Amino acid sequence: MGLGGEFVQLSLAPLLIGVLAAVACALPGNFLLLRQQALIGDAISHVVLPGIVVAFLLTGLVSTWPMLLGAALAAVVAVAMIEAIKRLGRVEPGAAMGVTFTTLFAAGVLLLEQSDTSAVHLDVEHALYGNLESLVWFDAVGWASLMDAGALAGLPDELPRMALVALAVCLLTAVFWRPLKITTFDEGYAATVGIPVNLLGIGLVVTAAVAAVAAFDAVGSIIVIAMFICPPAAARLMTDHLGRQVTWSVAFAIASAVLGYTFAGYGPGWVGTDHALSAAGMIATVSGLILAVTCLAGPHRKSVAVVK
Amino acid sequence: MLALVQALTLSAGYNAAVVTVGAAILGVAAGACGTFMFLRKRALVSDALAHATLPGIVIAFMVMVGFGGDGRDLFGLLAGAAISATIGLLAVDAMVAHTRLSQDAAIGAVLSVFFGFGIVCLTVVQTMTAGRQAGLEAFLLGSTAGMLYGDAVTIAAGAALCLGALLLLRRAMTVVAFDPQFAAASGFSVRLVDIAMMALVLAVTVIGLRVVGLVLIVALLIIPPVSARFWTDRAGVMVVLSAAFGGLAGYGGSAISAVAPALPTGSIVVLAAFAIFSISFLFSPRRGLLAAALRRRGHEVRVHRRQGLLALSKGEPVLDAMTLAVLRRERLIRRDGVPTELGRTEAAKARLDEARWIAARIALDPDALASQSDVLTPIEDAFTADQIATIDRHLQKPRAV
Repeated sequence: MGLGGEFVQLSLAPLLIGVLAAVACALPGNFLLLRQQALIGDAISHVVLPGIVVAFLLTGLVSTWPMLLGAALAAVVAVAMIEAIKRLGRVEPGAAMGVTFTTLFAAGVLLLEQSDTSAVHLDVEHALYGNLESLVWFDAVGWASLMDAGALAGLPDELPRMALVALAVCLLTAVFWRPLKITTFDEGYAATVGIPVNLLGIGLVVTAAVAAVAAFDAVGSIIVIAMFICPPAAARLMTDHLGRQVTWSVAFAIASAVLGYTFAGYGPGWVGTDHALSAAGMIATVSGLILAVTCLAGPHRKSVAVVK
Repeated sequence: MLALVQALTLSAGYNAAVVTVGAAILGVAAGACGTFMFLRKRALVSDALAHATLPGIVIAFMVMVGFGGDGRDLFGLLAGAAISATIGLLAVDAMVAHTRLSQDAAIGAVLSVFFGFGIVCLTVVQTMTAGRQAGLEAFLLGSTAGMLYGDAVTIAAGAALCLGALLLLRRAMTVVAFDPQFAAASGFSVRLVDIAMMALVLAVTVIGLRVVGLVLIVALLIIPPVSARFWTDRAGVMVVLSAAFGGLAGYGGSAISAVAPALPTGSIVVLAAFAIFSISFLFSPRRGLLAAALRRRGHEVRVHRRQGLLALSKGEPVLDAMTLAVLRRERLIRRDGVPTELGRTEAAKARLDEARWIAARIALDPDALASQSDVLTPIEDAFTADQIATIDRHLQKPRAV
């Protein structure tokens, strides 16, 4: 594998998008994991589909912002539906979640198949595993293109969008670090010191939803679920310190994205075929391998001893 | 419309009829298995299982092609699915048992990683010369269109087998699901029964893949029991109801799908199940939304009636609009707010009742009071005649209103 002009043209943009998507999902994933809400990420990434489809049906175009908005709204609807079933129906959370996301996903699939979306790039397979490999930078001729305004304008739209969302997620995490930390570990105390606990919880879910939607667009829902859970879970087994956990999770997310993309794109070449594999799937696989290693050897893998 | 009626009455062709019956049996088995899983609070484990089948399916396809077959033998594909789902299940259990990660994190990790790996395998298949992977996509979202007769029979027979096993194990599974401690004390091996339950869940998941698809099969295991829970508090009744709901969803969903072959069967089955859930959620007399709203409203009326009558008995003016409305509707006051004859009698009764309730706190021992917290109940209904006599001894004689 060379790092020359061909790399810049074919791999640089998808690689960066993969890394940014992984980081944007892993950051909120840490807090969801610690709040026992890990599967919210799973639920969100399923309901993103109906959100996008409805947005498309209403506006008639595949453009980013309506879809982003539609998907974020769908996530909020899903969370409200889960809460309603949980509270009003007195159903346990896991089952309430199962009812909600399967139904919304089924509705999304049905809407998609019923409406005429053949002209646009919107189908279930794409929704599930994205199409990272197709996000090539046609205008690039080599590293020098990074300095060329004309070539930069030809970057795939997903890159600046994903960068913006990743940046926003990082900023939000930094700004709300203390209240997030306090509410995650001691909600009662957080409420007594005047932190709007519920609002913060909703904010976290919405942030996760926005990250999921932006990432989903580029890389499909598999990576989204994997990045919400695997890097934070692996990081959780490395340390007892929240700051270090978040740092580890970002490192694991980046490693998954880079290694996964590399294996998918260049791995087959090493064994003598020239067919690339699914990058999204490979990134999820690598994140799983990292988690497996930490499960077997992570310094803090054991359950916390219960003080009697 | 005619086509739909034909499909629902199993007269839309032999294949369609077998598929519809198969899906109904599958729904019954899934609803029943799902109940035990739901009661053991492991509902979403089946989601991990379902997604973990993908690599198994694809690898089984590759192996079968490698041995010179065409790779589409349903039995072989399902065997592969069962193997990789078992590995996924063991991974979830190992993570929960040996690390500090909670069950939901383990589920999410297994689900996404196995599915991701399955997608990688799918892209390998695409590059194979025999890689007409058409057919494998049907496992994602389910499709009954173009299903072979043999496949339909395999599914129906598998679902019937699961159902038979369930019937044999129903007592042990009910006891364990309902009260594990009691089950262990009565000599059931909770561990063995749990393993049998997960094996059945796994079997139902695998059998259902082709019809409902691995993304949505979990719905058939979760939605029927959740719906059934609204109608009953008894585990045995719940299993039967849930099985019926599952069967209905499977039957209706696949019949509709036989009429509209372009639509993914899984989605229709899931939406049919959700329709059953919605009806239960809204209209169940025990825990439904409507019943709860009516109960709340009834309580509100009783409180307003009581407070209004007490105010009348003391000659205080009633100002609250709802209280006035309640009193007027029962003809306890006239339109101008003056108490009627009936109103004065009821007010006196309410006054006496209130005084007795206050005296009861002094007269009776706390144990007798503990079971009666609702002071809106007429006191004669709450205590025995002897207790009321004791209360009345502590009571000053009520004055006339």
